Amino acid sequence: MSDSGPAIEVSHLVKTYGGVTAVGDISFTVARGEIVGFLGPNGAGKSTTMRILTGYLPANSGSVSICGVPVATRPGDVKKRIGYMPENNPLPEDMRVSEYLYFRGRLKEVARRQLGPRIDEVLEVCDLKRVRHKIIGQLSKGYRQRVGIAEAILAEPPVIIMDEPTIGLDPHQILIVRDLIASLRGRMTVIISSHILPEIEMTCDRVLIINQGRVVAQGTPADLRREMFGLATYRLELAGDPTALAPALAALDPTFKVAAAGEPDAAGFRFLTLTTERQDELGEALLRALPAPAFRLRALHRIQPTLEDVFLAATRRSWDTVAAPAKASAA
Amino acid sequence: MKHFFTLLSHEIRMLLVSPATYVAATLFLGFMGLVFTKILEIYSSAPQESSPASVYFQLFWLPACVMVPLLTMKCLAEERRLGTIETLLTTPVTTTEVVLAKFGAAYFLYLSLWASTAGFFYILRRFSGDVRFLDTGPLVGGFLFIAVSGLFFVALGVFASSVTRNQSVAGIFGCVMLAGLILGGNALSDSAWLEQGVLQPLKSVVDYSHVFSHRDEFTRGVIDSRHVLFYVSGTVLALIFSILSVEAKLLHA
Repeated sequence: MSDSGPAIEVSHLVKTYGGVTAVGDISFTVARGEIVGFLGPNGAGKSTTMRILTGYLPANSGSVSICGVPVATRPGDVKKRIGYMPENNPLPEDMRVSEYLYFRGRLKEVARRQLGPRIDEVLEVCDLKRVRHKIIGQLSKGYRQRVGIAEAILAEPPVIIMDEPTIGLDPHQILIVRDLIASLRGRMTVIISSHILPEIEMTCDRVLIINQGRVVAQGTPADLRREMFGLATYRLELAGDPTALAPALAALDPTFKVAAAGEPDAAGFRFLTLTTERQDELGEALLRALPAPAFRLRALHRIQPTLEDVFLAATRRSWDTVAAPAKASAA
Repeated sequence: MKHFFTLLSHEIRMLLVSPATYVAATLFLGFMGLVFTKILEIYSSAPQESSPASVYFQLFWLPACVMVPLLTMKCLAEERRLGTIETLLTTPVTTTEVVLAKFGAAYFLYLSLWASTAGFFYILRRFSGDVRFLDTGPLVGGFLFIAVSGLFFVALGVFASSVTRNQSVAGIFGCVMLAGLILGGNALSDSAWLEQGVLQPLKSVVDYSHVFSHRDEFTRGVIDSRHVLFYVSGTVLALIFSILSVEAKLLHA
């Protein structure tokens, strides 16, 4: 096992179910200590990929290695290096929380002597101390999710894989889970799938967007914004001569364009949407470029596309790529 | 097999905290108690040729067909229905360990329930003060038959639970398989059409797997290694098929 290589290395992974391709040629790597968000619409192949990473499902072709250990040939060794929380977080209904964690700890080969203190520690971290003697079947959704997370981090594995860990949690619990995941940064490699995109943006160092079994975009949220949208957008509420606006903007940056302009209101202010290829912050420069009395500025802000916009754009782009050859052949 | 005992103790514990186990145990002990009382009534009214112990085991098939599916139907079907098989198999345990632990726990409970009926004979011996009632030969033979045949019966129940995620279907399937093996074999061995020369090989298979005749031999004190081999090989096959069934479901999940 190499200690310096990437934590997760996936190369040309393919998985089909009865002729249907769930994952088609996915490749990516995740560095040690990195927190990666896994995004994709329903049925994109997220859960399948995660299951292959854990060694639970075999792949049709391609290779996956966790901390340098190939999953296909040494699944037993891989399972010692991961903590996995599956989709919907299945838990046995008739066990107590501490009993369950003890059982899982023994299965994960945590030494008997260390297991008691370690269970106390994860119960503390996941705020489960109050319910440690309760039966899991009687716990609320939030507590159940946290039991799943506690179980995943119990044996302190180098890689944690969580399939939608924040689903069904209230904002307070989401905050706890977010802090919990953030506290793992640097110590453990975490890969999380989620539909709650602001969550991913706040927690993850890098995002992988997959659709129809392929990686359609990957990078930091800022990189993805640049890649998907290219142009920076500013929104203004401005009163003044619109014909004088274009030269003023061109003096600031030649790529500045008025993308949309609204009708003036009673006070003469109208909404304007400006775009530019320059990515650096031009808000202050814009303020200076539009001086009174020719222009009166009431509001100015830069529009940041959310990860949601990036996600929608990336998945739409991948559908277009798939649909285009089909349309061409139909024509 | 590093995790076998962790899994086994967990499974036994889970069976012992499940209300279904106590319902099954009460029904079983109630039924066997009734059978035993009936035997005593018959023996007290008229002298009989055979010992009460050998008569007692004649009705073994009823608890076997009902109890075994009740004990095993949940084991793998429930894990698959809840999805906990996924969390279980993503820890460093193998499918073989999981299946063997489930089998071991159900078999342990099956044996414990039968063993507790030995108390009936103890009570009879204690209160009648007649050692002839505690005929150790048929008693030991009968319990040995229960232990050996139980291996195969429980393995069939585990197999039934491995092919579906619905507990009821697993229960019914297990019950049908056990009834087919025990009662079907009996019905076939009695049928005259199997006597034809051309069907002789089939007849010998039916005779070999005739559970009732195995029971009779065991309770007579005859322990034939061929019979033991029949149950042990059946158990091994049923468990192999259970493991394959769980793994096949993963491949085509």
